[in-house]
Amino acid sequence: MNTATIIASPWGSVLAIAAMAFVTYLCRIAGVVLMSRVRITPRIERGLRALPGSIILATILPVVIDNGWPAVAALVAAVIAMAVTRIDIVGLLAGLGTLAVIRALG
Amino acid sequence: MSLMSPALRPYFSTAGLRHGARAAVPAFPGFIMFALAFGAAAAQKGLSLGETLGLSAFVYAGASQMVGLEIWQKVWTPSTILTIMTVTAIVNARMILLGATLQPWLRDEPIARTALNLFLITEAGWLVSTRYHNEGGRDVGVLLGCGIILWMVWIAATLGGFFAGALVPEPRRFGLDLVMPIFFGVMLVPLWKGTRAALPWLVAGVVALIVHALVPGYVFIIAGALAGVAAGMLIE
Repeated sequence: MNTATIIASPWGSVLAIAAMAFVTYLCRIAGVVLMSRVRITPRIERGLRALPGSIILATILPVVIDNGWPAVAALVAAVIAMAVTRIDIVGLLAGLGTLAVIRALG
Repeated sequence: MSLMSPALRPYFSTAGLRHGARAAVPAFPGFIMFALAFGAAAAQKGLSLGETLGLSAFVYAGASQMVGLEIWQKVWTPSTILTIMTVTAIVNARMILLGATLQPWLRDEPIARTALNLFLITEAGWLVSTRYHNEGGRDVGVLLGCGIILWMVWIAATLGGFFAGALVPEPRRFGLDLVMPIFFGVMLVPLWKGTRAALPWLVAGVVALIVHALVPGYVFIIAGALAGVAAGMLIE
């Protein structure tokens, strides 16, 4: 066992949160700092605009598929409920409810 | 023109703080929902209250906090810390755009106040403040007031979500183990701007699935997100 590379708790979590906070803050100030030096071209802007949806799909697709068809059904139900009502709590409850019902029956 | 310019000079007032806090109210429901979902998901994942609040207070960026939960470890090594740092940077890279649009407004501000203002920047707060700015408002207090109140709402709702998530017995029965992907799916709907704009998402999803099947760990999130950005840059 390679104990040398393991960071003792609770310092691992503290370090992880600090690292996340640090890079997030860099992202927050980067726009202001960069604006005086570099121009954000339309191409770069298009790329960054595609980022939120890309992150969501890249994160959830593998997780949902790993959890099998009930998870896929729950995701579809959540998206449909949200598309129809545009109320996020309704979408979330439709997804969780679908999953709960499928699991209760199965 | 010359008569207009003095009124359009940026300034700061404490009255603006109150104005900003009031202007932020429409963003409350979305904030509360997201932070509740995050708090509950963090409790489900086994994070302590301190870790959960630490993420909300210092990282203060919902999407990266949610993705971070996916990668969260019980035992950390330098390489897992580097992974979560890289993923967080990629998820939050879109904030560069928010800061860039605020630059003219903040140009002559004291650095300490700008540092705080930028720490508190979120998409919702940016939307509220940009609307005010577009209507001719130049009080930086509005930006700060909006940022402070949203941060406090975020912390309070995280706390509520954590206890709700920690108290539910048999969370699997209620589907709570999958609250993160389901909530993310819901968040996808308001982002929808037609099939053409969603093509990069499809690329991101397919690349993530392929990388997930081939490479262990969480590289799939990075690979998928970068593939989506590349596709977005290539598709006119």
